[in-house]
Amino acid sequence: MAARGPGSRAGNSRFAQFKLVLLGESAVGKSSLVLRFVKDQFDDYRESTIGAAFLTQTISLDDSTTVKFEIWDTAGQERYKSLAPMYYRNANCAVVVYDITQASSLDKAKAWVKELQRQANENIIIALAGNKLDLVTEQPDKRAIPAADAEAYAREAGLLFFETSAKTSENVKELFTAIAKKLPLDQAGPRNPRSGPRAGVDLRPEAPGTQGAGACSC
Amino acid sequence: MGSSPTASRSSSNNCIRQPNASGQASQADDHGNTTMTVGEDQMSAEEVEAPQEGMGAVKATVEDRDDDGYRPPLPPRPNLSKTPERPTTPGGLNTSHRRPSLLSKPTTAVSSIDIQTLSFPDGSRGTFSTPASRSVSESAALDTPGSMTPKGKHSQNGSEGDDTTSLMSYAPTMKGTGDLASLLNDDINAQSPAWRLLSSKADTVNPFEAIDYENTSLLNFENEFNEIAPVDSKGGNEEELLTQFKAKYKHYLCLSSAGKPIYSRHGDQNLINGYIGIIQTLISFYEGSKDPLHGFTAGGTRFVIFIAGPLYFVAISRLGESDAQLRSQLEALYMQILSTLTLPTLTHLFSNRPNTDLRRPLEGTETLLSSLADTFTKGSPSALLSALECLKLRKSQRYVINNTLLKARTEKLLYGLIVAGGRLVSVVRPKRHSLHPSDLQLIFNMLFEAGGVKAGGGENWIPLCLPGFNNRGYLYMYVSFLSAYDDGQDGEERPSTPGSSAREDEIAVLLISAEKESFYELKQMRDDVVSQLEKNGSMDIIKAAVRQGRPSTADIVPGTQLRHFLYKSRANVQYTMPSFNPYFNGLLPQRRLMNLYNNLHAQIHAKHSHLKVLHSVSRDSVSLAWSTPLFEFYCVAGPNASRASIAHGANKVIQWVKREEERVFIIGGAVF
Repeated sequence: MAARGPGSRAGNSRFAQFKLVLLGESAVGKSSLVLRFVKDQFDDYRESTIGAAFLTQTISLDDSTTVKFEIWDTAGQERYKSLAPMYYRNANCAVVVYDITQASSLDKAKAWVKELQRQANENIIIALAGNKLDLVTEQPDKRAIPAADAEAYAREAGLLFFETSAKTSENVKELFTAIAKKLPLDQAGPRNPRSGPRAGVDLRPEAPGTQGAGACSC
Repeated sequence: MGSSPTASRSSSNNCIRQPNASGQASQADDHGNTTMTVGEDQMSAEEVEAPQEGMGAVKATVEDRDDDGYRPPLPPRPNLSKTPERPTTPGGLNTSHRRPSLLSKPTTAVSSIDIQTLSFPDGSRGTFSTPASRSVSESAALDTPGSMTPKGKHSQNGSEGDDTTSLMSYAPTMKGTGDLASLLNDDINAQSPAWRLLSSKADTVNPFEAIDYENTSLLNFENEFNEIAPVDSKGGNEEELLTQFKAKYKHYLCLSSAGKPIYSRHGDQNLINGYIGIIQTLISFYEGSKDPLHGFTAGGTRFVIFIAGPLYFVAISRLGESDAQLRSQLEALYMQILSTLTLPTLTHLFSNRPNTDLRRPLEGTETLLSSLADTFTKGSPSALLSALECLKLRKSQRYVINNTLLKARTEKLLYGLIVAGGRLVSVVRPKRHSLHPSDLQLIFNMLFEAGGVKAGGGENWIPLCLPGFNNRGYLYMYVSFLSAYDDGQDGEERPSTPGSSAREDEIAVLLISAEKESFYELKQMRDDVVSQLEKNGSMDIIKAAVRQGRPSTADIVPGTQLRHFLYKSRANVQYTMPSFNPYFNGLLPQRRLMNLYNNLHAQIHAKHSHLKVLHSVSRDSVSLAWSTPLFEFYCVAGPNASRASIAHGANKVIQWVKREEERVFIIGGAVF
């Protein structure tokens, strides 16, 4: 099964580890979402991500279930586009982010969703996140994308959907928790300890549609 | 003087001088290495290699004659101002120049040196020797007649002596001394007791301490890095923004040859568009006539232009930097652009569409360009000297760290580095590839000056082109930060808290590979390296060294009047310096210090100048630059410091560096 989220049951508790990738246009707040989720911090002024950042965060779904995310926070600029397959190739889940005050950012998000559905792991769980909700709460006229529109699109494409604010942390935890709940915890094999994220990698069948060049299992 | 450098160098035959006993100093000369006056026509080979002992000797001479009271005391300032005339004045110093065989006179040590006083734009003056006539100290020549012959011979065959002498041994040390000697002795000699009393009291005045109300050169420099707000759509605030814009000391502009703006440090597009148009017209006009424009001056502002293929770079500076310095800053900006795009991509973009808007492909790297630009504007010794600084560690400790890296090395590794706050701790590299300082400058800028990578709070995988290594392709860099103040184990998370610690405290592990898929492999290597470093205690050593910071000048040379120095080892392309504390703390004092270093550096490196030693006196500081094939040295002291005390301090510092060489520099590095 595709899930490389090895899980384990020791007594009552379950542990699973999943690879998550964030995609979206530049300056929509991908890094801010991650920083809020991982460190519960927020910077008003952030410099652009260069390349990609790798972070981990563990959450408890309930008393007995722990999920660890290995998060790839990618840079949104066009020039990094060719590197993206490397990050989503074995991902179990993806968060595609757009900025609810920038109409064009949703188009970009849709393009990412399309690419993921075509090229990534076929069981990948995708969440659509409309970020910068705080701006709209302050000034409703700043909103460029009605929540209903995005939600309709998400439903149609089979995505989880949240409007979030990394600044106020609204819906951030909820977003990641919802993803965790949707992940196939039960099929997970034994936990693969530290030795490596690499070791237990999944190895999804090379579907015909997959990235040619990116097919190596680095 | 027993402690003078000379004494410690006894292994080299003639290094031993007994400065105090002027009569004995002669021994040195039997070997013909020291020399006295050298005719005008022979020179550089000899005194190019100026060095430590020289200074000792200089000091010696000074003291000798001091005791003799040979010359009548004179107030120093007038004396200094006369310097330019010396070469032409009959008698006095000049006599020795005409009579190289001058023997028995323990007069003014030396010299066939032409001394000129140069006024800098900021009102300071520097005295320096011209290339035309070089001299060597006579200090060693106050001696027995027997020594004369070899010396005479030597002076006629300057080059011969050099051929036979090893660069590393006594030879360089002994020669060229004269430059310093001649520069440094008479002034002190000439002080009346009253003056000496006065200045001994004032010795404690530090550079730039006296507030000079007439000096407005760096007025409002604190505002230099404040952002200029965008022009609002109605243009109502334009005037005010222009005032702010013009108040900046430094601007960097980058535009395409078609006149499209690419980058400007200050001001948004609406503000700079007009200027971009003007500058493009100017440059294109000269380009059109095949006579490229390199720079021009308008009022107190210098414009320097650097053209790289389809890109025009312009530096606009009111900080008094030299053209060469500004040009190297522009080159660094160009390297940053290449590092983002690679040369083939850049060329391709413009050959396809000459009016490409490069801002889009460069999106997100403006902060890197700006932090690079700000580093130059604040003044960076590393950029000035094109050299790297290393974390001071014991040789054996560094050896352990190097080996740890080598042992954990994976197949795909190209370069492995440990860097602490912009200072290199350890490098491993393939035998055939060295690391180019300009590439490291880009990396350090990205990691330690720009906040983006560090603030991400995780591990990073960064594609980048290192133009010095290969400007045609990308390498991939794994980066993770550790804080020097973070002693606890942080297990799987190895990240720094954004903004919580200053750049100086950040320790980063950088692993560079040509393989874009090697992240997990390098991450594993990083884990191994860090756990091994923790196990063998190296991590604590590194952290302690980082926390300790740079030593102060007083730690290095107790009681010295030197307040700061830069020492660059040419062979290692590395430099070392003391802490800016306590004398140059803060933006402004640091900028003033760097202005001074910039001036010294520019003089020493001026085209066609064979200037080796420069002693510069200004109202608020006294400084010395000294260039040899082995090192470049710059130092500064308070305005009342005597030449002798500066020379002495410089000498001591150089001895210290020599002694600590394998600690303050990475020599060789670890190679695989």
